[in-house]
Amino acid sequence: MNDLLQQLVNGLTLGSLYALIAVGYTVVYGIVQLINFAHGEVFMIGAFGALATWTVLFQGTLALWVLPIMMLGAVVASVAVAVVMERFAYRPLRHAPRLAPLITAIGVSVFLQEAVRLFYPGAKSKLPFPSIDVVTGPAIRIGGLTIQRAAVFTVAALAVCAVLLWYFVNRTKLGRGMQAVSQDPDTARLMGINVDRIIVVAFIMGAVLAAVAGVAQGLQNQNIDFRIGFLAGLKAFTAAVLGGIGNIQGAVLGGLVLGVVEALATQFIPGQFGGSAWKDVWAFVLLIVVLVFRPQGLLGARVVDRA
Amino acid sequence: VHQRSIVRIGVPLAVAALALSACGSRGDSGGSSGGSTGGAKKTVKVGVIAPLSGDLSALGKGIQHSVELAVKEANAKGTIANYNIEVLAVDDEAKADVGKNAATKIAADNDVIGVVGNLNSSVSQQTQPIFQAARIVQVSPANTGPGLTRGADPINAPKRPYDTYFRTCTTDLVQGAFAAKFLKDQGITNVATIHDKKTYGQGLVNAFTGDFTKLGGTVVKAETINPDESNFSSVVSLVAPSAPKAVFYGGEYPQAGPLSQQMKAGGLNVPLMGGDGIYDPEYIKLAGTTSNGDLATSVGAPTDVTPAGKTFLAAYKAAGYAEPSAAYGGYSYDAANAIIAAAAKTLASASDVKSAREATIKEMVNVSFDGVTGKVGFDEFGDSKVKVITGYKVDAGKWAAVKTLSLETDGNWSELKS
Repeated sequence: MNDLLQQLVNGLTLGSLYALIAVGYTVVYGIVQLINFAHGEVFMIGAFGALATWTVLFQGTLALWVLPIMMLGAVVASVAVAVVMERFAYRPLRHAPRLAPLITAIGVSVFLQEAVRLFYPGAKSKLPFPSIDVVTGPAIRIGGLTIQRAAVFTVAALAVCAVLLWYFVNRTKLGRGMQAVSQDPDTARLMGINVDRIIVVAFIMGAVLAAVAGVAQGLQNQNIDFRIGFLAGLKAFTAAVLGGIGNIQGAVLGGLVLGVVEALATQFIPGQFGGSAWKDVWAFVLLIVVLVFRPQGLLGARVVDRA
Repeated sequence: VHQRSIVRIGVPLAVAALALSACGSRGDSGGSSGGSTGGAKKTVKVGVIAPLSGDLSALGKGIQHSVELAVKEANAKGTIANYNIEVLAVDDEAKADVGKNAATKIAADNDVIGVVGNLNSSVSQQTQPIFQAARIVQVSPANTGPGLTRGADPINAPKRPYDTYFRTCTTDLVQGAFAAKFLKDQGITNVATIHDKKTYGQGLVNAFTGDFTKLGGTVVKAETINPDESNFSSVVSLVAPSAPKAVFYGGEYPQAGPLSQQMKAGGLNVPLMGGDGIYDPEYIKLAGTTSNGDLATSVGAPTDVTPAGKTFLAAYKAAGYAEPSAAYGGYSYDAANAIIAAAAKTLASASDVKSAREATIKEMVNVSFDGVTGKVGFDEFGDSKVKVITGYKVDAGKWAAVKTLSLETDGNWSELKS
């Protein structure tokens, strides 16, 4: 029983990270029908932005008050990259055949990885991430469960972001504009919505959440490197598809489900096909099974409220 | 109009991405070493094949510079008469497929007499057949995988797969046995093992498990990790309930450091022990302050305590290389000197470098000199005759040597006198 709860905790932690990144895939897809494969790199840039902020401004300080400023640095870096990427790599291809922006996204992804590898000092190997007080340190023990402090931070970050996101999409003018554009861009334009601006907002939203995820990943693993975006992006994309791409709630649910399945598969699948070596296999088996029986994903990409 | 705008923007972007990735991943800096100036001297090259970029480049650069140092000294002394020795360094990125291409590149050069490398056992597996076909001597300073010299069943039916392959370091059989004894001597009988599924990690864990159970210890849990990941919390939770007194890890420091950090953050407060792959200052940087008490074994005696080692380090420092000699500096230096010693004899009676290759392979078994790491020499499998291992412990943020033992031919350990 304890094992089950412990792996659930691990799974939810991992899943929260996937969910934060997956939202970025889903929001952009919902509006421009583009799988932005460079989104994993936006997440990676966020982590590096936080590290750079700390290195430049607070080297040696580990107090908690540093964390919000690091997160701000992460958000600035991620958003800047996302906006530039949208403006120069995707906007010129807005009306091109679908394949062109997709290939561009892969190119941008390679470009960003190599740029960080070559130009961020020391990024050729793993870089240690600062152990900020309170959110890192000795694990919290509740009964037989051990919960890493960074895990609490990650789950809390997802919860806060989810609430803000819900409010933004459903209660603000910009959010409603996003919904309108995702339903019918042409009509939305006729109604006076600036479609280009809404698209930029979608990219920014994804980038903000990815930046938060970048900080969370850094705190959890205590190290970052220029390749973290690839695997995280792949898993988050899987999570978005699992939940139903284009659907925000779906992305969150998909992320959590994927994380939990990976963690449980590590522990509970017996024999030769169990253990940590096979967890990715089971995660993708789940994806295939879901797509066979529910091609639209767990929550379905219902056209009406995809945003 | 759209077609043209795609071309206008897409093509430069693609070109830029390609150019960037190209200049990023290749780092074959042909480091030539100056030597005595002789009028019409012929050129002979010693290859270096090691990870010169990426996670393990700290080790690879140390190998490259140590070989450069050996070559520089040999040139100054004129060890190989009528020849000027050069270093041909290529990057294997610690990847098997890249290593294969790099080895082919070296093999295509007619001036190459021998090669020092690779760092990773999994890469050497792929480069061995290429050097064998080209009849080029390959001496690894760092491969500890037993199978490379002793075939598929190294313990019961050893059979040498490649006659061109030698190594100056000892194997995981010795390293695993030492680690088992080291833990057992501290009264630790319950251990969990984790490895990264690569040749080195798996081999080390197998060797350790065999010896540890023979000594009466129990492996309470055997797990693996995916080396591409950086979050190991699910493995930590899997291992923790079995309450091991130590975790033995087979793999390298880029994963071992974070694993140690996450073990302790996840409430598993026992030392992590690893092999020579984690014995690096980077490990402590990644593992953080909770790494105090973690253990490692590494091949040979600590370079900075033996007189020969001190001389080497002083010469290395005087040469002013950008990166430190790292864990395998002494072994690389000895490997290069072994090749140079053999080549000095064979090149004297050969018309060119290529025709001397076959004789050089035969000559390797006769090599015997006092090197940085001990009495350098090779047995019938191509393994080093020196079987010295040192145990290290992280103490106040630094690796500190605990004890050095030598495995004698009768199978007993003896304390090494320095």
